[in-house]
Amino acid sequence: MKDTPLSNCERDFLLKAIEEKKRLDGRQTYDYRKIKISFGTDYGCCFVDLGQTRVMAQVSCELVAPKENRPNEGIMFFNIELSPMASPGFEQGRQSELSVKLNRQLERCLRNSKCIDTESLCVVSGEKVWQIRVDVHTLNNDGNLMDAASIAAITALCHFRRPDVSTQGQEVTVYSPEERDPIPLSIYHMPISVSFAFFQQGTYLLVDPCEREERVMDGLLVIAMNKHREICSIQSSGGIMLLKEQVMRCSKIAGVKVSEITELINEALLNDRKARKAGGKCGFAESMPQERITALKKDETPVEMTDVTETANGIIQKGEAAPQTVPSPVVPVPGVGQVGQGLQNSWGLEDDDEDDYEEEKNDNSGDEQVEEVTKMDVGEGDVVEISDSEEEEVVILNPEVPEKPKNTGSKSHQKGAAASKKRQKK
Amino acid sequence: MFSTVRERVGEVLLPGDEFSFEAEEKISLTAPVKSEKVVCGPGLRRCGDRLVVFKSGVLRHKEPNVFWIDSQQRRYVPAKGESIIGIVTAKSGDVFKVDFGGSEQASLSYLTFEGATKRNRPNVQVGDLVFAQFLIANKDMEPELVCIDSSGRANGMGVFGAGGLLFRVSLGLVRRLLAPHSDIRSDLEQLFPCELVVGMNGRIWVKSATVQQTLIIANLLQSAETMTAQQRQQLFRKVQQGAF
Repeated sequence: MKDTPLSNCERDFLLKAIEEKKRLDGRQTYDYRKIKISFGTDYGCCFVDLGQTRVMAQVSCELVAPKENRPNEGIMFFNIELSPMASPGFEQGRQSELSVKLNRQLERCLRNSKCIDTESLCVVSGEKVWQIRVDVHTLNNDGNLMDAASIAAITALCHFRRPDVSTQGQEVTVYSPEERDPIPLSIYHMPISVSFAFFQQGTYLLVDPCEREERVMDGLLVIAMNKHREICSIQSSGGIMLLKEQVMRCSKIAGVKVSEITELINEALLNDRKARKAGGKCGFAESMPQERITALKKDETPVEMTDVTETANGIIQKGEAAPQTVPSPVVPVPGVGQVGQGLQNSWGLEDDDEDDYEEEKNDNSGDEQVEEVTKMDVGEGDVVEISDSEEEEVVILNPEVPEKPKNTGSKSHQKGAAASKKRQKK
Repeated sequence: MFSTVRERVGEVLLPGDEFSFEAEEKISLTAPVKSEKVVCGPGLRRCGDRLVVFKSGVLRHKEPNVFWIDSQQRRYVPAKGESIIGIVTAKSGDVFKVDFGGSEQASLSYLTFEGATKRNRPNVQVGDLVFAQFLIANKDMEPELVCIDSSGRANGMGVFGAGGLLFRVSLGLVRRLLAPHSDIRSDLEQLFPCELVVGMNGRIWVKSATVQQTLIIANLLQSAETMTAQQRQQLFRKVQQGAF
């Protein structure tokens, strides 16, 4: 299927907006979109959301004979699949130019940088070594697949556990996960790639281009770096001429971004480890947002509105007290079972504890000014979100009207059958 | 049956729900027999002597006897008479190929522009936006677009688009915007002056005084999809105060 063509007026508008330093979603020039990392039930399965771009990485291992010229090193195999799910322009089975480019770039980023200790993957020298296979599937393409794929691949590798082996002479015993705990791979450093899009022959630069911006860009510079500021790979495509200062500036920006992203990955891995150790529910089913019939949820669209934050804060502070929290009925998504437990019968009202965040609110009933205080309990969930400067809003409609403290000028909450509650992340 | 359908106006119906025609228990011998006619709109279909729902959504009614299902989707299926925003992808001979987001590309003849003759061709380039309406749109033939109405006048259709931003929304939002007394439109009028072209294939084109305002309007419309009226008005008010 062919991709939707780009009209002339969109192209002109985008270039004009970039000249005025405006991006479609209100980001600044060097801002990344919101990154969300979540893990599956198996070790080595990881989902990464970069704004609307979504990829999944899965790591698996197998015992094979090593290569002839490297008898005591393990084998790493990388594969990026451009699924037709991601974009109408991607076709199943066909090796398009983009697919070749992404695969090559990921290999250079992870294999040539020697981030994994391949010698530790050797079991019997010359005969049996571990082959580690990383498959990255693109689920939705909203631009910058390369960065999302590199974050997903390295996070999945850090998350992965391979079975324990022991050798007695020529006999090799592979232990199943029940017999002996699987052991993690030995990873030296985490290379992450950062993409820079150039417009108007290198005059304007944007970090983390979205799909529209990628369509109108002149060239792309991809720098893969780790948090120790070592460059693992640099690639420039599109044939634009870049000045030396531009490349140096880009590498400095990449250094900053990579350290932020590495922190985010480590936090996500830590949360997942804690959740698994606590025996809590972990895995993909948990990290999906609960599909409630009575909930209206959308991430707040970032719109750059000058001077609006002060007025908005003013409005909120003069606003009404929030109503009491009333537990809402939770209907689990059909077809999704909870790990380790049966399906929940949730037609009775129960407390919201499935959420990724725990919220607490101070409700001062009365006519005083109320400021909502929420606390994000990061230890509970597997999901950590990084947001540059956004507020998240979740509005949940509850079927019963609680006792609302009377307030004049209360306009933002609905009357009648439903009460709403808002939560903000400070 | 008319009354049974009428009762359920405003309810959410699922595919498979049906309304069957029950014979009246008492037939008056003296009063004249009135024949009932029910006009089925999108989402309703007649199966024998039953009316079957095949799309999920809310049942709506318009006097005197029109019923339809108000459903929500993002994928557009062409229908005759609807005006859409299309992107010209190719010029072949005297026909333009236009992409409107459907499974096939539609054809638009150059003679169907106002004032076009064989010698006087319209100035249409590949990549331009056109606002056109469907002349032929069924599942068996290639869709055809025209840029004039039945009396030969353009009536707002044709090539447009310099300087604005095109973006995609769901079909439900588009129908809400085009409804006769639309709340969203009246809220938007109080914000900034802007030019808006709404295509029924889910594409909207916006142009305002500055790039910033255009971006704000585009983002507001995209987020208005999932907001209730109250939240939307609050958001618009915030933007209005922030802009001054």
